[in-house]
Amino acid sequence: MTRILASFTAEFRIAVRNRWVAIAVVMMVLFSAVLSAAGSAPTGALGADRLSVTVASLTSLAVYLVPLVALLLAFDAVAGEIERGTLPLLLAYPVSRAEVLIGKMGAHLAVLALALLAGYGTAAVAAVAVDPRALAGLPALFRLFWSSLLLGATFLGIGYALSAWSRRPSGAAGLAIGLWLVAVVLYDLALLAGIVASGDGFFTTRVFPYALIANPADAFRLFNLAASGATAAAAGVGGAAGSIPIWDSLGSILIWPIAALMLAIAAFRRVVP
Amino acid sequence: MTTTLKLSRLTKTYQGVKALDAVSLEVGRGERVALLGHNGAGKSTMMKILLGLIPYDSGEVQVTGAAPGSAAARKRVAYLPENAAFHPALTGREMLAFYLRLRGEPVSAAAGLLDRVGLGSAAGRRIGTYSKGMRQRVGLAQALIGRPELLVLDEPTSGLDPVSRRDFYTILDGLAADGASILLSSHALTEVEARTDRILILSKGVQVAAGTLADLRAQAALPTRLRVRPASGAGPALAAALAEGVPQADGALLIEVPDGGKLAALARVTALGGQVADVDVEPPSLEDIYSHVSRRDGQ
Ligand SMILES: Nc1ncnc2c1ncn2[C@@H]1O[C@H](COP(=O)(O)OP(=O)(O)O)[C@@H](O)[C@H]1O
Ligand SMILES: [Mg+2]
Repeated sequence: MTRILASFTAEFRIAVRNRWVAIAVVMMVLFSAVLSAAGSAPTGALGADRLSVTVASLTSLAVYLVPLVALLLAFDAVAGEIERGTLPLLLAYPVSRAEVLIGKMGAHLAVLALALLAGYGTAAVAAVAVDPRALAGLPALFRLFWSSLLLGATFLGIGYALSAWSRRPSGAAGLAIGLWLVAVVLYDLALLAGIVASGDGFFTTRVFPYALIANPADAFRLFNLAASGATAAAAGVGGAAGSIPIWDSLGSILIWPIAALMLAIAAFRRVVP
Repeated sequence: MTTTLKLSRLTKTYQGVKALDAVSLEVGRGERVALLGHNGAGKSTMMKILLGLIPYDSGEVQVTGAAPGSAAARKRVAYLPENAAFHPALTGREMLAFYLRLRGEPVSAAAGLLDRVGLGSAAGRRIGTYSKGMRQRVGLAQALIGRPELLVLDEPTSGLDPVSRRDFYTILDGLAADGASILLSSHALTEVEARTDRILILSKGVQVAAGTLADLRAQAALPTRLRVRPASGAGPALAAALAEGVPQADGALLIEVPDGGKLAALARVTALGGQVADVDVEPPSLEDIYSHVSRRDGQ
């Protein structure tokens, strides 16, 4: 435990010193503020409170932003230690590689949590300021918060694995951006193309729901939209949320972080310093 | 004598190149052993293997009675890597606190450790602002954490100025006196000569010489040098009497005496009486032995 704490403390300090905390916080606050301002027009008509509507648009934002921030925090984790030449000494210490990674993940999750608190908090304050009923949306916002952390943990773990595989920070950064593009952009486009091609066929009815749940970013979106009953407002892939049981998407966003961490540990164990 | 480190017939190949070829070594409690060799001789490779950082092909390795890299071994072994590097964004104190926590030691010990290596005043500064010598001292400070049974130090004095080097060896002497075993590698032969108990010379992964300095001298059977300084005005006469002597810039004559002929040669010199102002006897230095074994080995 003290060894995990050692890794956590050092990594969190480094994140603060390297301005990662500031960058992540500013990014989340900025995007949340823009969304709050932009989403102001058509709310009253739908009958939903202001915050619930904001949560729906924050969900769409988080799907892109949370994996991106997580991968940015993670890509240097192992490759950076290799490049700086700090890994041989670290691994000569009586600490397991799992402990090192868990400590790093804790620190990076703390950074992410700070950024999310600041960003979502801004959105909440903005919503409550103009619509007193918005307090009714707080549970949805809280759900968005912890599911965002789980989504972040997933991409942190995958980022560590990429970092260990590539051994060089530049290579790891490239892989991370590539993965981000595939997981949160191209994947959905491919699914949409599949639906268009298949119509009401086998792909749309059999493959598509599982393909959605298998992707942690899509599962995250499904879970939040389904849980807040905001599916009507969501277009595109999100529109499928109604047809997939919420337990399936919840299961996916719970299992992914564990699977990603195990993948990261396995990849790190194979690194020869 | 209890054995802290035992290597037998250790062999390691990198893509067909033998980095270590059947190297054997034992280091006992409180013993200081120096690993010498040119760049690429296999010193760092040997150290990484006994720390469990890289795998080896064959042979046996026992570190404090345990397998290299096992939890038990890592608890008892301290390491100072070649060109020790640390995270530039952390201060010296924070970095030491990190390593102290990893060993389960109180973080409050950081200040004392940094003082001990002469970094007390820079403890609050980021390591990114440190010089190479200062980083090397951070590396030494972390190697002193706890009471390691074995210290593995890869070129520990590179980047240190002469005074720091002396302080460094003083610290090592204290550790060895307390029973810690020390394995260090070096290029600086003269400093190792006086400060280690035994020496292992590697050349291209092959162990070319091993033993105490006296053992190595006997094995190499190198000539001893006599430096004879003439009394004033007696230079030419002395040169005539010691025809094999090579005149030096300062007027002295340098005589190479084959192994075992030292006393006879001294007797000849003393017989010259008043013509001689002084005689210095220079046994073959580690440098001589080192270039001898390296040359013999085809360098
Ligand atoms: N990771 C590696 N891959 C391939 N060859 C290596 C590697 N590390 C070291 N070597 C080779 O092994 C030999 C021994 O290297 P090393 O142990 O670093 O020597 P030294 O520390 O004595 O300078 C050298 O020929 C070196 O090129
Ligand atoms: Mg080396």
